[in-house]
Amino acid sequence: MSAVNILVIGRHAQIMETVLRLVNTQPHWHAQGALTDDEARQKFSASAFDVVLIGGGVEEESEQKLKQTFLSSRPDIKVIRHYGGGSGLLFNEIQQAINGLSTQE
Amino acid sequence: MNRKEFLRNSLAAAAVLTVPAAAAPAEEHAEPVGFNHLPSVNTTTMNTVLHKANTRGHANHGWLDSHHTFSFAHYYDPNRIHFGALRVLNDDIVDGGMGFGTHPHDNMEIISIPLEGDLEHKDSMGNTAVIRQNDVQIMSAGTGIYHSEYNKNKDKKVNFLQIWVFPKKRNIEPRYDQITFRPQDRVNKLQQIVSPSHEDDGVWINQDAWFNLGTFTKGFTTSYQLHQKGNGVYAFVIQGDVRVNGQLLNQRDGFGIWGVDGLEISADSDAELLLMEVPMIK
Repeated sequence: MSAVNILVIGRHAQIMETVLRLVNTQPHWHAQGALTDDEARQKFSASAFDVVLIGGGVEEESEQKLKQTFLSSRPDIKVIRHYGGGSGLLFNEIQQAINGLSTQE
Repeated sequence: MNRKEFLRNSLAAAAVLTVPAAAAPAEEHAEPVGFNHLPSVNTTTMNTVLHKANTRGHANHGWLDSHHTFSFAHYYDPNRIHFGALRVLNDDIVDGGMGFGTHPHDNMEIISIPLEGDLEHKDSMGNTAVIRQNDVQIMSAGTGIYHSEYNKNKDKKVNFLQIWVFPKKRNIEPRYDQITFRPQDRVNKLQQIVSPSHEDDGVWINQDAWFNLGTFTKGFTTSYQLHQKGNGVYAFVIQGDVRVNGQLLNQRDGFGIWGVDGLEISADSDAELLLMEVPMIK
């Protein structure tokens, strides 16, 4: 089984901490977080991510610009929105994205 | 990773994910059991979807017994993700004095409806409240909040529905509201408990959604007209037996219908029904 690298972008430090902790409990999922657009771009260019999770507080304009940047560089990645801010939907959302990745292969 | 592997790997983390350690001793919820993977094949017909009660996801954490109409936490069925903007319908029973420790939410409309017992709520906006039977609570999580929910009573269980609806607008300022409804105002009629208008009855929701509760006596019939074209309605039977557009529904069954202007409802027994009208977003 190959690892799934996930970039989480959000504006709320405490929620980010929780989301990263939850995602990283999974043995094959590795998440990094970015609280600003610059940090997100920097981390994206430094690592090969499979999934980008757009969390709470990210403005629509930032979201669109980041999405455009990421997809123009890596059209195969999944950029998805995270809803709910915690454990409830997190795993479902990532699993859906992974299923999408596997159907692309 | 296939679904079985995913679930197996997830079990060890379930306690951390669903409940902070302060809520219950770790050994009580380290082994969630009874996930329901029954497929939802043959339950979909044109413009309707039927979710029988016994096909719901199930997680028994000891102190928390939860049934999930839609995929939630470690219950994942790609055929049961959402009904339009309705994303979560959890039927939770929490032991006396137990509950969900402080945890975050963002960008979700979260509605809690106690069916039995009392639920204590505290949040990072400074709200402390007890939600009782006949109350409806809504939180717009928006840019982010923290809250906790505990069974107020040590000596009896609390049973409540927790419903999550995708917001119409992301990143709004977090908000909390709670209303106590008169149960006699929903006897053999529909009582609106959630609406998108501040001027209308019910708690306000950041979505074009309307919820109604009804307590019906056997033989009662009524109709429901949708508020907005393109919306669908998800009917959930809290108690008893109800027919919605001819489909017989039993206790805790769910039935989604869309592409219609209205519903015909009849009670085959004394019954309680929750109707959730939501936009049919993809």
